[in-house]
Amino acid sequence: MGEQLLQLLFTGLTLGSIYSIIALTLVTTFNVTGILNLAQGEFVVIGALLAVSLQGTGMPIIAVFIVSVILVAILGGLLERLTIYRARGASNLSMLIITIGLSISLRGLALLIWGTETYSLPAFSEGGSKIVGGAALNPQSIWIFALVAVTLTGLYGFLGHTFWGKAVKASVYNQTGARLQGINLNTISFLAFVAAGGLGAAAGVSIAPITMVTYDMGFMLGVKGFVAAAIGGLSNVGGAVIGGILLGILESFSSGLISSGLKDAISMIILLGVLLFRPEGIIGAIRERKI
Amino acid sequence: MKKITMRLKSKLWLALLLVLSLLISACSPTKEADVKSAGGNEPYKIGAVLDISGNSSSLGVPERDTLLMMVEKLNANGGVKGHPIDLTIMDNKSDETESVLAVKTLIEKGALAILGASSSGTSMAMIKTVQSEKVPMISLAAASSIVEPTSERQWVYKTAQSDIVMINKIISYLKKNNLNKIAFLYMNNSYGDNGKKAISAAVKDSGIDIVAEEKFDANDKDMTPQLTKVKASGAQAAIVWAIPPSASILTKNFKDIGLSIPLIHSHGVGNQKFIELAQGAADGVILPIGKLSVAQQISDNDSQKKVLESYIADYSKKYNAEPNSFGGYAWDAFNLLVNALEKAGPDRVAIRDELEKTQGFVGISGVFNMTPQDHNGLKEDSAVLVQVDQGKWKLIE
Repeated sequence: MGEQLLQLLFTGLTLGSIYSIIALTLVTTFNVTGILNLAQGEFVVIGALLAVSLQGTGMPIIAVFIVSVILVAILGGLLERLTIYRARGASNLSMLIITIGLSISLRGLALLIWGTETYSLPAFSEGGSKIVGGAALNPQSIWIFALVAVTLTGLYGFLGHTFWGKAVKASVYNQTGARLQGINLNTISFLAFVAAGGLGAAAGVSIAPITMVTYDMGFMLGVKGFVAAAIGGLSNVGGAVIGGILLGILESFSSGLISSGLKDAISMIILLGVLLFRPEGIIGAIRERKI
Repeated sequence: MKKITMRLKSKLWLALLLVLSLLISACSPTKEADVKSAGGNEPYKIGAVLDISGNSSSLGVPERDTLLMMVEKLNANGGVKGHPIDLTIMDNKSDETESVLAVKTLIEKGALAILGASSSGTSMAMIKTVQSEKVPMISLAAASSIVEPTSERQWVYKTAQSDIVMINKIISYLKKNNLNKIAFLYMNNSYGDNGKKAISAAVKDSGIDIVAEEKFDANDKDMTPQLTKVKASGAQAAIVWAIPPSASILTKNFKDIGLSIPLIHSHGVGNQKFIELAQGAADGVILPIGKLSVAQQISDNDSQKKVLESYIADYSKKYNAEPNSFGGYAWDAFNLLVNALEKAGPDRVAIRDELEKTQGFVGISGVFNMTPQDHNGLKEDSAVLVQVDQGKWKLIE
């Protein structure tokens, strides 16, 4: 029994690492721009699919990772200039709808380029799973956690210790005030989408060895990422990571100990519970922005 | 101020239009095969509904490619008694609702018969429509409930071996190797459910016990929790009813947690993609499968050998890739229909009657002998057991 529980915990951590990296990218954009980017899952998928194509040319995995991150970061910036920037001043709801449109268009684009096949990427480190205390641990999930840790430290460092980071924080707290101080909000929004693209691609390349990748996977990933972010309180970077891990562990234990058919129902009930009894997560964040 | 909002609005509209046009171009890849006039006769219209995108695309894509190849070849050789075949293929995106919409569109366009769909769920969704509109349909999916009970399925046929054919193959393997306690894992959809029903019925009075029963979703990324239960249950073999990618992920997890009991899959993983996605973990997997994947290894005396080799040659020449059993189901369905069309002409009732009279038709999936009680017509001799050995299928019996 002990071994079984440990195994379920490891699986939960693997799933949790995937959900938290996606939640993290969602929260980053939301924090900076106030836009819930529903195309985030598509950035993840396009990053992973690009990596599959690049890997096919014989590039080493580290180069594949970097090139894919750069390309999707450029795509993110480009899309911001073409859509969000042009609709600047529109309500948050319009922005949300624009990102839905982006998400559908990107999915269509991925379908045209890569077709409907499922692809996979090799794991970053060779040699399959390690047995720890009688249970198997997938080393790729450690890589994903490393990525989460690097991103978190990077974000805290950037927001707390750089000029641009402070400008971002200022514009989150008070847009008009920030503008009066000479901070260019358009540049900030642009940077947020560049980061969302790059982080999304990094997440995609890291999770593809476990989840494999198909053109239409982004939506489900986006939903799970959103649930994780909402559990953690949509505007909180650390909360997103904890939310993701919680969600992964919950799913793993509920399918391992109760019933595999009830797994998704249980995670959705938890989401509802969080929203009903601790609404300061999602609703609090939105209210704060409106003031 | 008003001007600005107006400008903004028109731009939004433009953006919406752009998105819409992208959507339309991306999501409805309806293909019409070339109709070359063969002797100038009226073409025979037939329709196909396939799972070309979405979860079961690994089934639908080779089926579409096979159908396009067959129509082209047939029309170049003069069609059916001088009538070219006008085939419309529609993508149901692996979705039940889309499947129904597609079959209705095809029937409205005057299709004489419908081929498809690729998976059990999407096929089941179409049955009500073809039964009430009285249009013959040949499904390419496995579940036996697609053609049973035949009293409610007069218009429905199928070419993939029924689950029970494959399950009997597995049961005899289990008995031969004295494996009496088994775990059964299945996908949470109609393919998995039908497999579960069939195996529960088949193990009754056979001395074999199902000691663990677990399901998972087609989108699941990790089946370790379910496999942990299997490990704790003391099963002597695990049987899995699923298709890739989830079947491949499960196989990887199975190897990762160090389970050493035999892993037996269904014919749903009978394509190279399964092995590829499992990244080496598929070695040792046993499964029942049609003879196509091991055509070179079967005996020269086998009546199917010639048909198999010619299909492999045609397909590899055109697409530069090996065909798989799913393409084979499409090959069988198309030829069964062409045979019926030759005898019946453009008449839905007569086509249905001719399909039911099919006897001794040597196809890719087996030798078909249809009767009013059996709208699949395949027996156990249509399947063989294979094992994955260094990424290749190996005949083991």
